[in-house]
Amino acid sequence: MVDLDMGSYAAFVWPAWVVTVGVLVAVVARCLTQALRWKRELDRLEGDNQ
Amino acid sequence: MFGLANPDRFMRVTRPLVGPLWVIAAVLLAVGTVWAFRVPEDALQGDTVRILFIHVPAASLGLAVYASLGLSCLFYLIFRHSLADAAARAAVLPGAAFTGLALITGALWGQPMWGTWWVWDARLTSMLVLFLLYIAYAVLRGAFDDEGRGARAASVLGLVGLINLPIVKFSVDWWNTLHQPASLLRAGGTSLDPAYLWPLLTMMAAYLALFLAVWLTAIRTEVVRRRVLALKSRRAREGAHG
Repeated sequence: MVDLDMGSYAAFVWPAWVVTVGVLVAVVARCLTQALRWKRELDRLEGDNQ
Repeated sequence: MFGLANPDRFMRVTRPLVGPLWVIAAVLLAVGTVWAFRVPEDALQGDTVRILFIHVPAASLGLAVYASLGLSCLFYLIFRHSLADAAARAAVLPGAAFTGLALITGALWGQPMWGTWWVWDARLTSMLVLFLLYIAYAVLRGAFDDEGRGARAASVLGLVGLINLPIVKFSVDWWNTLHQPASLLRAGGTSLDPAYLWPLLTMMAAYLALFLAVWLTAIRTEVVRRRVLALKSRRAREGAHG
């Protein structure tokens, strides 16, 4: 069973997990948006060439 | 391996790997997270043991990613190959993120267990130096108008920074530190209870898969970015010649 009651340590455990999730989501989001941005730019330039 | 140095071949070979890596990372992260909240409280650490499952993988990956960055810098300085430079550049963001997370989660574990957020002991200080090395690499790269000069200067720094890795790893053995000695990778085997060991290994595998997914995607993006810049440059030259 999942235990979500962190008792007196809640003020330390939850911020650690929230910060971790936030930072990892930000890294993934930046990685994917940059990939999409440059792919679109390449497609546009190659489309103009044809 | 050297065949992959060709950007076209690299793009072709890595294309079928990227999607599955993202899926593996997502599944392992989900399983590891649920598992981390199913283990029993530790007798000494109580529920703060759940910070272990995000702190240890972040610290390990912070080191491993810097090793990748440093080796990429070495290859770039020797062979001057753009893909090695792209690999180094792509490692900076995930590496700095993992190292920063190791510092933050470590502080959030340290306050209830040690009674302090921070001490200037050898392990914590060398991890802070590692974080600053990532930042310095990124700053140095961006400090030059000429990308090639920036890449060369940052690669020298990245290579020199490799010296810090054994200092981080062995700091707990070489000096008297508040940080506990290695409990996972140590002579004589792990000292961790299997109840904590397996979810921890799952989270480490998840972080590794996530890094590989981010790294490969970012290297591929860098290859695309350079193609875009090359195309724009060629057009500008053609335009200038009428």
